[in-house]
Amino acid sequence: MSTAPPDFLVHDERDAVGVVVVEDIATDQSLEGWVMDTDQTLSITVNDPIPLGHKFALRDISDGEAVIKYGENIGRAVADIPKGNHVHVHNLKTNKW
Amino acid sequence: MSDLHFFGYRRENGRVGIRNHVVILPLDDLSNAACEAVANNIKGTLALPHHYGRLQFGEDLELHFRTLIGAGANPNVAAVVVIGIEPGWTARVVDGIAQTGKPVQGFAIEQHGDIETIASASRTAKNFLQAASELRREKCPIEDLWVSHKCGESDTTSGMGANPTVGNFIDKTDAMGVTNCFGETSEITGAEHLCRERAATKEIGDKWFATWQAYMDEVIEPNKTSDLSESQPTKGNIEGGLTTIEEKAMGNLQKIGKNARYIDVLAPAEAPEKGPGLYFMDTSSAAAECVTLQAAGGFAVHIFPTGQGNIIGNPIEPVIKVTANPRTVRTMGEHVDLDVSGLLRREMNLDQAGDALIDMVIRTCNGRLTAAEALGHREFVMTKLYRSA
Repeated sequence: MSTAPPDFLVHDERDAVGVVVVEDIATDQSLEGWVMDTDQTLSITVNDPIPLGHKFALRDISDGEAVIKYGENIGRAVADIPKGNHVHVHNLKTNKW
Repeated sequence: MSDLHFFGYRRENGRVGIRNHVVILPLDDLSNAACEAVANNIKGTLALPHHYGRLQFGEDLELHFRTLIGAGANPNVAAVVVIGIEPGWTARVVDGIAQTGKPVQGFAIEQHGDIETIASASRTAKNFLQAASELRREKCPIEDLWVSHKCGESDTTSGMGANPTVGNFIDKTDAMGVTNCFGETSEITGAEHLCRERAATKEIGDKWFATWQAYMDEVIEPNKTSDLSESQPTKGNIEGGLTTIEEKAMGNLQKIGKNARYIDVLAPAEAPEKGPGLYFMDTSSAAAECVTLQAAGGFAVHIFPTGQGNIIGNPIEPVIKVTANPRTVRTMGEHVDLDVSGLLRREMNLDQAGDALIDMVIRTCNGRLTAAEALGHREFVMTKLYRSA
């Protein structure tokens, strides 16, 4: 257990979203992330302020595309989501009810 | 971690409790006042007021009896005084609890009134309390422990930290012969294919899937309006960054670890009968309803991972809170029994977090009061299946 604390975590290397694990992330901030599954490190710049626990796109996601987290389909994009944008109820909907 | 043990109260039927309550149990809503009066008279006894018990019928009535009898039969309870408006259903609860061999006596209010009933029941409660106060804890092997699990006010940190910590606990203790239980039928929606595969056999997986499908068909589909946004996920979940039920379900299922397989599917408040192992219980995902059903199933201690900070407790089954959310630790620390936010900072790994949880469970079993106990959280909530007659 060495290395600096990450700004965001990714469950699985297939995931389209990362999760911010620190507070007060602002627009245009460059973040360091940790892929838990593979123990890789990632860098990315976010386009929105991202609250602790909230997701952002790790790559461009198209309207209608399945969004992958935990390596699983957690819903579908209802708008084009550019890499670095906040991903939440405004642009991601359930496949269920 | 081998040869783990704890100090508990071995009851007449062999089950081991970690608390020593004398419970004053109302059969019905009308009897809450008398039960609370008895508990006020006899300090150290515990009334369990609730809202139901009149004009229920069919499966809903059976669940009512199973929950009350199970609460009284729980090994954290030394003895029970039951008070009901009339003697018939009161006797049914008394007889059910009496099968454990523990002291139990019933009182009916009709033809006596509250005051005479409270006086008679108080005398019995005093005798039960004094007898219970002489019981002593004894050293018990870890396989005597029954542990239930349910998460609440989850957020994305639950799926990354607190729930995988519980999963590590279940994987380790399942191998030691502990009896574990998870539930929350509706909240596994979106990960139902994965949960079905975690059964010990195909038949058990099919039984689980039928239980989940019935919840969808009988509860969710007929009653939902547009969708369940704001209920599943909740407003608190959404504030915490969870967007869809699938995402929440994936995080929820982290609780059952990687290796353990469930060996049976229990009805609400049903006690496990297949020996040590992991069980699924068909429950709502509402915290107090779920924990009340698991307590009635006989589970002695509850592990409750949370993200945004659920504050639930249960009067007879201590609830241990675990969180990985550093903001929750900072803003609501008085509710947190175990802080595993170090997982998100890469300061600790899951193996260490799981061991820390085992240690906290043992300490709690030995008598350490949980945050919820110290803060007086005693949520006892009956599950109602449909309107009364």
